[in-house]
Amino acid sequence: MASNPKIIVIGGGLAGLSAVIKIAEMGGEVDLFSIVPVKRSHSVCAQGGINAAKNLKGEGDSTWKHFDDSIYGGDFLANQPPVKAMCDAAPGIIDLLDRMGVPFNRTPEGLLDFRRFGGTLYNRTAFAGATTGQQLLYALDEQVRRYEAEGKVKKFEHWEFLSAVLDGNRVCRGICAMDLRSMEVRTFPADAIIICTGGIGAIFGKSTNSVVCTGSAQSALYQQGCYYANGEFIQVHPTSIPGEDKLRLMSESARGEGGRVWVPKAPGDKRDPKSIPQSERWYFLEEWYPKYGNLVPRDVATRAIFKVVYEHNLGIDGKPMVYLDLTHIDRKILDRKLEGILEIYEKFVGDDPRDTPMKIFPGMHYTMGGLWVDFNQATNIPGIYSAGECEYQYHGANRLGANSLVSCIFGGFVAGPAAVQYACNVAAAPSNGHFDAQRKHEEENNGMLMRSLGDENPFKLWRELGELMTKNCTVIRYNKPLQETDGKLVELLERFRRINLSDRSQWANTTVVFARQLYNMLQLSRVIAQGAAMRDESRGAHYKPDFPDRDDKNWLKTTKAYFAPDADEPKFEFEPVDISLIPPRARKY
Amino acid sequence: MAKSVIIKIKRQADPKASSHWEEFELPYKPGMNVISCLMDIAADPVTRDGKKTTPITYDSNCLEEVCGSCAMLINGRARMACSALVDQLEQPIKLEPFSKFPVVRDLATDRSVIFENLKAVKAWVPIDGTYDLGSGPRMTAEEQEAAYPLSRCISCCCCMEVCPQFNQDTGFVGAATISQVRLFNTHPTGAALKRERLAALMGDGGIQECGYAQNCVEICPKDIPLTKSISEVGGAVMKQAIGDLFRK
Repeated sequence: MASNPKIIVIGGGLAGLSAVIKIAEMGGEVDLFSIVPVKRSHSVCAQGGINAAKNLKGEGDSTWKHFDDSIYGGDFLANQPPVKAMCDAAPGIIDLLDRMGVPFNRTPEGLLDFRRFGGTLYNRTAFAGATTGQQLLYALDEQVRRYEAEGKVKKFEHWEFLSAVLDGNRVCRGICAMDLRSMEVRTFPADAIIICTGGIGAIFGKSTNSVVCTGSAQSALYQQGCYYANGEFIQVHPTSIPGEDKLRLMSESARGEGGRVWVPKAPGDKRDPKSIPQSERWYFLEEWYPKYGNLVPRDVATRAIFKVVYEHNLGIDGKPMVYLDLTHIDRKILDRKLEGILEIYEKFVGDDPRDTPMKIFPGMHYTMGGLWVDFNQATNIPGIYSAGECEYQYHGANRLGANSLVSCIFGGFVAGPAAVQYACNVAAAPSNGHFDAQRKHEEENNGMLMRSLGDENPFKLWRELGELMTKNCTVIRYNKPLQETDGKLVELLERFRRINLSDRSQWANTTVVFARQLYNMLQLSRVIAQGAAMRDESRGAHYKPDFPDRDDKNWLKTTKAYFAPDADEPKFEFEPVDISLIPPRARKY
Repeated sequence: MAKSVIIKIKRQADPKASSHWEEFELPYKPGMNVISCLMDIAADPVTRDGKKTTPITYDSNCLEEVCGSCAMLINGRARMACSALVDQLEQPIKLEPFSKFPVVRDLATDRSVIFENLKAVKAWVPIDGTYDLGSGPRMTAEEQEAAYPLSRCISCCCCMEVCPQFNQDTGFVGAATISQVRLFNTHPTGAALKRERLAALMGDGGIQECGYAQNCVEICPKDIPLTKSISEVGGAVMKQAIGDLFRK
């Protein structure tokens, strides 16, 4: 190893940038790879806030209560020690972000303001308007730019990770990546790599995720031998705005600031919502969950909305939509605390939510599952670390709102130093031959796609994939359709081999890039569908009406999928959950 | 006949190729935006006159107007494609890449200059380190409310595209970067680098290039008070320049 450890970080969202900052601070050298300029990463979409038990509202909040809410909210599937460590670190992370200049909202005294989010009874969520993710990402982006100016960080923006370079002992020695403009495939050596590539929304076609959130990197690593854990746990956010191109998130902070969810009591009521009297509205979340009301966790709220729409047939105007109402709240408060999200609704729907209730419906939002990592954020392949949404560690069977930002930053803060420490001790590779072999392998993959003269359009295959996965692998799951889904995924993989790219040029060819991502999406989809089919219980976001209860005796365990190259399909193992700190109890909101 | 959407797109195969126009006709769906049109073209890349073509290359990511990727000229106006709703656009919808940034391909442009500019003006708060040093400086709600709108700049570069002074000859840094100087100079810790930031805005390409056309503030998708930033920072640069003269 050279005098300075050389680390490659893939992905420049909150987790990646957090890792970069720690590595640079420790004297390591970083190459940072990102599909988009890092300031444009998906973390900017996070809206409502970041959790930390600072207890600045005199409520007696504590990091232990944050820990307990997170474990309980995750239905006891998360290993407990790392979640506790995250909750303990959260107040310090808020202080650090505050020092970096994040414009958090303030109280009259000039202290940080906090609001309530789902799955807790405490005001624990710090926020910067309703664009908290954007503000946090910018603060970290600015610190990384400072290190870049000092020559400690080198950015490779508009580059996409294709695969890890593994030596003969299956130790990671670097990466293979593609320049998205020149289409050049190149390898880059490193002592360790950290995967921070975010979510997998594109697998579901339309989701609240950004375009780059395909899960392609995670899937590539899974196909190279990394375990993928708890893939079947997919969070569907209760309140999103349906759109032609994507589902836009309507933050939980809307409910945190007093927003109420309701439908007209009469089916097909066509009146203007403002003219419907209180007595003719059904505030079903408040009725069913008197303690938490509109702030039940996301899986609970999503299933309640499904029930009202599909079982009671009370969707607005007979369509799959319910009202999220802010019109009773003072406009000034709305502007100060929620402007960013109100603006999104106004711009994309055309109505002002200060005047008229918003129409919303659940949308795929987040994956609790991801690359398996140990408590040091290390995957099972030596030299490969992971942090952020792409790994599985912090959220169990359901993530609480405003815990994602803190898990990204905390995960990055653990992964960076852990990778540096590993890099300082790793022995040199037996040979360098694997770099050339990996590059040639990826060039050959590109060549095959470019030459293929079949009859399948990758964008159309993707639409079929999205509809299939959204229908069978989201809110309500039954075994027969899940098994059929896997069969259809095999068919889609077959059809993928008959792909025909409508663009064969060698410059900024987005079609070949997308085709590569699509293949990886298809492979990872099988992990989700098969994992969901196997788990015969209901836990957090995974809900099977045929198995309506949590089954700790048989299923209090982590699903670990690994890729069997000979069979070209996932195989499964299970691992006990570390419940050493809080004994499991029934989850009843 | 079913309703349709007509789109004309200015295409360019690579940075050196010449450009040409292609026209598409898509079936209309309620709620379409420019991005969903480009997605529909990718799924069936055939021009209006039935000629097979390639999917359009364009920058995009969040599709919620917060990442700053999908800026382009839509009916001649610099704006984000995701928030350009078909129902609100005159047809045929004309899409072109930004004119003042190098074209990568089709509608994708190289706007990396803004990130270089942010580096040049040290647009960051110089913290001592990430170890635990307690809370940040106390700020009033008013200070937060002044800083937050400036901090919402998405680096889309619309303000630079529409600025008459932003071109190769002047090398003008542009409104977005100047506004970030204002943001960091007003932060209690960020102010430590105030002199360096103002110095970076002196001379050729600096704030003096601004011709007060005010196009920037009119076009900004995030309603950032850019002209206010320019006048405040301009005053501070002037004050520092005069002070520097006397100190010599």
